[in-house]
Amino acid sequence: MTEVLRDTSGVLTGQDAAPVLASQPMRVTGGLVDRSRSVRFTFDGKSYTGHPGDTLASALLASGVKLMGRSFKYHRPRGVLSAGSEEPNALVELRSGARREPNTRATVAELYDGLEASSQNHWPTLAFDAMAVNDWLSPFFTAGFYYKTFMWPAAFWEKLYEPIIRRAAGLGTLSREPDPDAYDKGFLHCDVLVIGAGPAGLMAALTAARAGARVILADEDFALGGRLIAETHEVGGQSGAGWATSAVAELAGMPNVRVMPRTTIMGVFDHGVYSAVERVSDHFAAPLAGKPRQVLWRVYAKRAILAAGALERPIAFADNDRPGVMMAGAVRAYLNRWGVAAGKRVALFVNNDDGMRTARDLMARGVEVVAVVDPRRDIRRQAGLPHMLGVVTGTTGRLGLTGINVRRIDGREEHVVCDALAVSGGWNPTVALTAHQSARPVWDEKISAFLASPNAPAGLIPVGAAAGAFSTHGALASGAAKAAEAVEALGFRAPAADLPQAEDAPVRIAPFWHVPGKGRAWVDFQNDVTVKDVKLAHQENFRSVEHLKRYTTLGMATDQGKTSNVLGLAVMAELTGQSIPETGTTMFRPPYTPVAMGVLAGRSRGEEFKPTRLTPSHKWAEERGAVFVEVGMWLRAQWFPRPGETTWRESVDREVLATRKAVGVCDVTTLGKIDIQGTDAGLFLDRVYANTFSTLPVGKVRYGLMLREDGIVMDDGTTARMGEHEYVMTTTTANAVPVFRHLEFCRQCLWPDLDVQLISTTEAWAQFSVAGPNARALLSRIVDQDISDAAFPYMACGNVTVCGGLRARLFRISFSGEMAYEIAVPTRYGDALVRELMAQGQDLGVTPYGTEALGVLRVEKGHVAGNELNGQTTALNMGLGKMVSKKKDSIGMVLSQREELVREDGLRLVGIKPVDPAAQLKAGSHFIALGKDPVAANDDGWITSLVHSPHLRHQIALGYLKNGAARMGERLRAVNLLAKTEVEVEIVSPHFIDPQGERLRG
Amino acid sequence: MAEHRLTPLAPLGHAEPIEERIGPVLIAERTDVAMASVATRRGWETELAARAAQAGLPLPPPGQAAENAPWGSFWLGPEMWMVEAPYATHEDVAAQVKPALGEAASVTEQTDAWVRFEVAGPLKPLFERLCNIDLDRFAPGSATRTLMEHLGVYVIRRAEDRMTVLGPRSSAGSLHHAITVAARSAF
Amino acid sequence: MLIPHPLLGPRDAQEFTYLGDAALIDRPDGLTEPEKFHDYAYLRDNPAGVHKELWFHEQGDRSWLVVTRNTVTHEILGAVLARDTARGRGRSK
Repeated sequence: MTEVLRDTSGVLTGQDAAPVLASQPMRVTGGLVDRSRSVRFTFDGKSYTGHPGDTLASALLASGVKLMGRSFKYHRPRGVLSAGSEEPNALVELRSGARREPNTRATVAELYDGLEASSQNHWPTLAFDAMAVNDWLSPFFTAGFYYKTFMWPAAFWEKLYEPIIRRAAGLGTLSREPDPDAYDKGFLHCDVLVIGAGPAGLMAALTAARAGARVILADEDFALGGRLIAETHEVGGQSGAGWATSAVAELAGMPNVRVMPRTTIMGVFDHGVYSAVERVSDHFAAPLAGKPRQVLWRVYAKRAILAAGALERPIAFADNDRPGVMMAGAVRAYLNRWGVAAGKRVALFVNNDDGMRTARDLMARGVEVVAVVDPRRDIRRQAGLPHMLGVVTGTTGRLGLTGINVRRIDGREEHVVCDALAVSGGWNPTVALTAHQSARPVWDEKISAFLASPNAPAGLIPVGAAAGAFSTHGALASGAAKAAEAVEALGFRAPAADLPQAEDAPVRIAPFWHVPGKGRAWVDFQNDVTVKDVKLAHQENFRSVEHLKRYTTLGMATDQGKTSNVLGLAVMAELTGQSIPETGTTMFRPPYTPVAMGVLAGRSRGEEFKPTRLTPSHKWAEERGAVFVEVGMWLRAQWFPRPGETTWRESVDREVLATRKAVGVCDVTTLGKIDIQGTDAGLFLDRVYANTFSTLPVGKVRYGLMLREDGIVMDDGTTARMGEHEYVMTTTTANAVPVFRHLEFCRQCLWPDLDVQLISTTEAWAQFSVAGPNARALLSRIVDQDISDAAFPYMACGNVTVCGGLRARLFRISFSGEMAYEIAVPTRYGDALVRELMAQGQDLGVTPYGTEALGVLRVEKGHVAGNELNGQTTALNMGLGKMVSKKKDSIGMVLSQREELVREDGLRLVGIKPVDPAAQLKAGSHFIALGKDPVAANDDGWITSLVHSPHLRHQIALGYLKNGAARMGERLRAVNLLAKTEVEVEIVSPHFIDPQGERLRG
Repeated sequence: MAEHRLTPLAPLGHAEPIEERIGPVLIAERTDVAMASVATRRGWETELAARAAQAGLPLPPPGQAAENAPWGSFWLGPEMWMVEAPYATHEDVAAQVKPALGEAASVTEQTDAWVRFEVAGPLKPLFERLCNIDLDRFAPGSATRTLMEHLGVYVIRRAEDRMTVLGPRSSAGSLHHAITVAARSAF
Repeated sequence: MLIPHPLLGPRDAQEFTYLGDAALIDRPDGLTEPEKFHDYAYLRDNPAGVHKELWFHEQGDRSWLVVTRNTVTHEILGAVLARDTARGRGRSK
């Protein structure tokens, strides 16, 4: 980078000059960095040193590096513009390997030993970027270029245009490896959240904390103090930085205060909820073991004080984007906070009195100031400053600034040699957060800037520069006053404000936005939007602010227009001849600054994306080598392979046949169980089920069908009457939660005076299905009571004991069509019970079966399940129309009888088998009459569930067929246009096995 | 209770409940508490209060837990509480509670529906990473249900430095993982 | 959002499930007024402004609440137990 400085002649002079280190030629005295220690880092592979307290940007500037990046579209060489999170230019990639993080602002990257940084958006090197050819071609790349050029033909988009644009345009590159770090989420509560730790924020936090309120003070910076550590103002007779340090120390020592540096408030949500990202480990090469990189906090605050300060805005003039052109406030920050001179010969171009402050600060540190260019005619000249009334019309220097062209008010033009230009077009209060709930900021003529809308979120109170109080005194006073008001509204007594003395300079600014001229004058540095682009948008009638943004990309990407939005708006206002408020306002949406996707995901990644639910027999099933399947959050055994079985079908066929021939055991704990008690429990069930339950005798189970109010089937299951006023309802696994919610709705909102109480007992009991001809023989060895057919007939239920006295529940119900029971024990004994069933049943041929076999068994029997209860089907569709009692009112009864839903020729549940037993069907295939085209008009229904029946030795299926009950024996085509299959099928009864139900009752 | 030949498994899948110390906190799985829900039968509000008082069963107001050895209880919802008692003496807790309350309440066994963790140590740094409870406003004796890593859990503050967490038993592993990971982050 | 639960104070909306128009409380009787079911099931108000809505404290105490909320500003004007609203509207057994 020495090349950049070659043609500058300035040298450090003056009594305050620090010894010039060869490695850090631009470092001057002072600042808050720890000069006793050095920190090594690399930029584009080259080694540099800085000090603790530096940012990457300050350390690079100290090392004489001005060129830090290339612009987005034209690949123009760019240096750092700002000293904060608003930075549009100095975007770098940090770290390497899986931890590489693109598009990081060098201005906020805290320096640590070993930091690896590299520039981005260039090829092959930062100094020579071949893509800079775009800059020469810029007449073609004006606003709307992509819209106009890549319009036609549409088919070219995906294959041709988009990849080209993506390659040419992008900024940094992703590592393409999984993020190795962890991110936490958390929750914080406070009375007052103070956003920003500058003079206003510190004073607000002190005021609220001293009143006894619970305070959180958050600042995005790692060093607290805001402008106090970037300026030379005194506060209360000591340096601003010194006052800030003691204020922070006082706050940190109070038990009711949480001081959070490196924490950005990202968004404002309803009712005082704020999101904050705390960068816990970003200032280390890698997080400490077990620690997260960042934490996403949800902050609940009764009040929030917005002390986010203000952001300086640029002035547009030709070639105002060269490395070395910086904001004046940033020049002061680098000088005062980091002890870094932005240049050796510095010029200024300002429209307000802040510029003179910059000149004085620089000169005090021995930096030569060559010109203070100011367009205002009424400036108060200060002795010793090289004032020039006029404007900057252009700049020179390719990879770094070498000089500026100045046109004086009298028309004289001259070239001023300099290597840095500090620009100030005034300050914009940082009101972004106040707009997060759609309150548009309002223009204030007095300060020529936008302030928060009076409709800003309740409880979010701007203070200090964020409220337009730009002096230090103004910041301290408004911070104290508004914080006192806030805590008093919460019932605290604020002590009398103890305001330290500070400067109170008035705002003197004359709005000045851009210097007319021929060259390209940048408005938005990050998106390469120039005054010409704004003019073009105007010319093509994209004049509203929202259109301007979309057409030119002004204000998009990582900086979201923090430095450019107001300037763009002002230029548009000039073009339309309207005032700025008439032209529009800027809007802001969360997040305030870019957020890593990882911190939004938190711990919910991979296997931990959601919790896992394990069945009581999980450990045992795992030991048996079961294959598991995810069913919602549950992991259920899908089948239990045995040695020698090579395909899942072998295992499943064996499990099905063993169950039909001997006895199978399956964990059915996942089905929802709801305990329903109360003297009106039976009446309640009559109303929530389509069929009747109040007549069910104690000790009996009944199948129940639950409808939605629109008459569609919601869920099904069995409900057992365990006592006079005590029922246990079973729901499907998937609907356990929605059914419970629905029952509570019915109980609380529809019939609030029914005596009925509900509680879920799904997890309290481990429940196993024991099915097959040997089921009773097996259970007789487990259950302590008589379970003969006489004592415990089909559909009986009751409390029993097992294995010598453990309380249990037994239900004689069957999903498989076999003689079957479900036995439930307290969950902690589920593991022991299944092992006992296996041990006791060995000679009876006991076989564990999984969800696949369960599915085969129920399809063979013609029982409906989730595929048939798809939220579109009625009881009549399922062949269960008679279950809907019309003698009583129940949820869904009325609307289930609508004309279209009770059509004789409507869909009916049917069984399906392929005409050729060897044929392979596809689930989801649609029925088309033989000889008809497979088009929607000829669609007669579809296959819902498909299995291979080892019993019948061919595939069988369930499905819905128009007028299905009347079409038994008919042949149709089952067509699947996606899989391109077509199989001739025969329509049969859905009861493939034991249609008379003799096995059940044996 | 009657003798029988089945041996129990703790929710985390081991024969015995497990404990882990992470920094200053001890996170202990517990299986020695039996639980039943008690819900007021419609119209029996006064009678239930009287019978519960007679039996020594505390029925605390919303958001609260109460203890009266051997009983403990916390509020679940309008007119519903969870009653706790030592498992060793009250394994069939529902059957033991029901006779005292009779037709005034619906009683349902809940013991094995839950995994119970007792957390001892500094609570705030840990729980602020787990759930949205405002610990400064959640004094000993407070009880509530909330979300923890997508799971509905009950949290009961027993003392300044002791918290009970009850989560769905089937998700014991996930909940334990969430608590221990948060503890490693916090301490 | 925070829902001001009448028994438990402000609770995060994350703990709730939303259903919609509280008019769902006014279910007609299936035997005596079946003609009213179409409107009950399908016609509900969705105003831009103040609206009474049903929220279920699913991850909390399982109370159904009637929350009065301005759907434009999200301001919440009150919340009561839906059970009490239902009784107030004449619902009983």
